Amino acid sequence: MIPISWYLLLSAFLFACGVTGFLTKRNVITLFMSIELMLNGVNLSFIAFATRLQTLDGHIFVFFVMVVAAAEAAVGLAIIISVYRTRETLNVDRVNLLKL
Amino acid sequence: MHQFLFLLFGAFCVGGAINLLLQKKTINSALSLIVVMGSLALIYLLLGAEFVAVVQVIIYAGAIMVLYVFVIMLLNAGDEEVVKGSNVAKIFGIPGLFAGGIIGIWVLLQHRPAEKLLPIGAMYGPADKVGELLFTKYLLAFEVTSILVLIAIMGAVVLTRRSRV
Repeated sequence: MIPISWYLLLSAFLFACGVTGFLTKRNVITLFMSIELMLNGVNLSFIAFATRLQTLDGHIFVFFVMVVAAAEAAVGLAIIISVYRTRETLNVDRVNLLKL
Repeated sequence: MHQFLFLLFGAFCVGGAINLLLQKKTINSALSLIVVMGSLALIYLLLGAEFVAVVQVIIYAGAIMVLYVFVIMLLNAGDEEVVKGSNVAKIFGIPGLFAGGIIGIWVLLQHRPAEKLLPIGAMYGPADKVGELLFTKYLLAFEVTSILVLIAIMGAVVLTRRSRV
């Protein structure tokens, strides 16, 4: 018997790790992985609440989150590859063409 | 037993997430993210979500992370550059973070509902029940998802093609 708050604590911890990585890292691929970590944390709380409330709707939402994450990864990594081709760097601080 | 398994895989999750933040090389971060996703799949199994656990392994740990590792290898990504945080972040950020966390925990404890425990195998999310819901209640969203995936495929192809303009 596990209280639901344990799952929510783990979920919040994963989300916080994702936010920390997103704010502190400079490599654009690591930033993308931090976003994946945040999505995983959210998925865990979806599943925990679905089990708590005895409905299957949370599972469907996790499915949709996964689809969106897959699409995001495909397009984002394509953008990273084409940026690397032109700028020869993965550092987000050096990709500042739109900056004033 | 249930608690032991949760604590074991939760510890794997926490360790992987911290390792992702601490590693300097991108490929090590990617591998620790795979550890996080694999142990999350096992936690989903503990919660009785069979379908989601299998999909987590196949899509996340399988497809998406392979794509990441492939791109990391392809681009030959070097080490992470260590940046020093600004002084403003050190002076205001860390105490602000602690204060925000304490206030948040206090507010949550004030409104804490009576907690029920989750029994082992409280609910099963087998693929047929999930599929039934997916093709009846959420049919429109499912169809829209297919368009999203199609656009993502086209976008990936167009973005990585070498243009001859």
